[in-house]
Amino acid sequence: MSYPTDLKYTKEHEWIKVDGSTATIGITHYAQESLGDIVFVELPQPGAQITAGKTFGTVESVKAVSDLYAPASGTVAEVNGELATAPEKINSDANHTWMVKINLKDPSEVKALLSALDYEKFVSEEAGH
Amino acid sequence: MPAVDVPTIRKTVLNAVHRQMGAKMVEFNGWEMPVEYPAAGGIVAEHMAVRTGVGVFDVSHMGDIRLSGPGALPAVEHISMNDAARLAVGQAQYSAMLYPQGTFVDDVIVHRLGEDDYLLVINAGTREKDFNWVHDHTREFDCRVTNLSDDFTQIAIQGRKAVDLLQKLTDVDLSAVKVYWLTRGTVCGLKNILIARTGYTGEDGFEVYVPSDESTSTRVWREVLAAGKEFGALPCGLGARNTLRLEAKLPLYGHEISDTINVWEAGLDRFCKTQKPEFIGQDALERARAAGLKRTLVGLEMVDRGIARDGYKVRDEAGHEIGYVTSGSPAPFLKKNIALAYVPPEHSAVASLVKVEIRGQALTAQVVSTPFYKRPKKTGCQTRRE
Repeated sequence: MSYPTDLKYTKEHEWIKVDGSTATIGITHYAQESLGDIVFVELPQPGAQITAGKTFGTVESVKAVSDLYAPASGTVAEVNGELATAPEKINSDANHTWMVKINLKDPSEVKALLSALDYEKFVSEEAGH
Repeated sequence: MPAVDVPTIRKTVLNAVHRQMGAKMVEFNGWEMPVEYPAAGGIVAEHMAVRTGVGVFDVSHMGDIRLSGPGALPAVEHISMNDAARLAVGQAQYSAMLYPQGTFVDDVIVHRLGEDDYLLVINAGTREKDFNWVHDHTREFDCRVTNLSDDFTQIAIQGRKAVDLLQKLTDVDLSAVKVYWLTRGTVCGLKNILIARTGYTGEDGFEVYVPSDESTSTRVWREVLAAGKEFGALPCGLGARNTLRLEAKLPLYGHEISDTINVWEAGLDRFCKTQKPEFIGQDALERARAAGLKRTLVGLEMVDRGIARDGYKVRDEAGHEIGYVTSGSPAPFLKKNIALAYVPPEHSAVASLVKVEIRGQALTAQVVSTPFYKRPKKTGCQTRRE
């Protein structure tokens, strides 16, 4: 799997796509693959504050519950409502299915995150091959 | 990082085949087992294949204990709660082995293979404990106890098309084998193979016991899947096995039943024959019955948006903790979030509302009748349409 180079990644398997002072956040292909069939996504309401490195929601597959960690701090501007009824969209295209859109508190926070190349390396080590 | 060798993890002989098929492997009760086959569709697709067609499981991690000899029946009667004396040769029954306090050593399927010949099929995680238990508690009987756990590759073929699939591979007339009966016959060219019409999915199906050498087992596994192609058969992992058994309210050791839960609490009364002369646990169960139930197993369906999971707390409407979830999951066929939970009897009536604590939030669930899923009875009409 090659990961889009215009995204930044966390070691908890979220991605963030920055567009000026706003950003969209989702989970990676690797994350959806580890989870399996995704059946439930719990996301914050618009207006909620999220903090880099802290949980901001939950994603559940048939088998597992997994916390979502914020790649950056900010205020939730928009939530992808489609995921309430069609969470399986994450399985079909995780790297392009956003969960929340935030107004970044400090866009420079994102610089510390992994590049696509570093993330791929990290994932291949974690998967043990 | 160098690979760490963990010698305690066990593998079935089909391990390499599962890996070739792209299975996601997990540790389950000391066994490395396929949890799902993402390339074939994953848990939901596997679950649906069993409900609508047929699925094939490697359940070789299950254990097998044989009791044979003139004292085999009294021995089985002594260590199990159902009445094995009622079994005809070729018949099987769901039962359990109990501790003297009426709680569970394990649940088992007792098969009567011959006149004085019984096979107990037991859980993977309790293999050693069960064998020791059987061995230690049948000493006074004139019977031989043999651990056959490593002798078989056990393949479960489950779903309404299971009979059509297996019929292609055997000379046995499967229509003559009733549910919870067993027979022997040729399967995939192998003679004298044990075929039981049993399973753990809530569907019709068979469990086939083939010799556990790798090449034979691999050949049979592949031939079964190939024969199932026309019926949409999928290889199925433990993930689907769990969601299927949950929809059908079949208990899982360590969840609905354990060494701290008794037969009445688990609602397994109809498999417990207290009127038979004697068995381990009988006295305690009589006393427990007289004392009355403190908790009982109920089915829950989430009303609020949320998924109850194993171990989550159950509260009453006032917020008091009243019980816990033993198994909870989205139900792929029913498309609901369901759970089994222990609650006090006063909260167990169908349509009662309770709260399940999910990540700090008390979400509403409703007590529903169980099993959540019951397979449609086959009518003459349906058979003709096949």
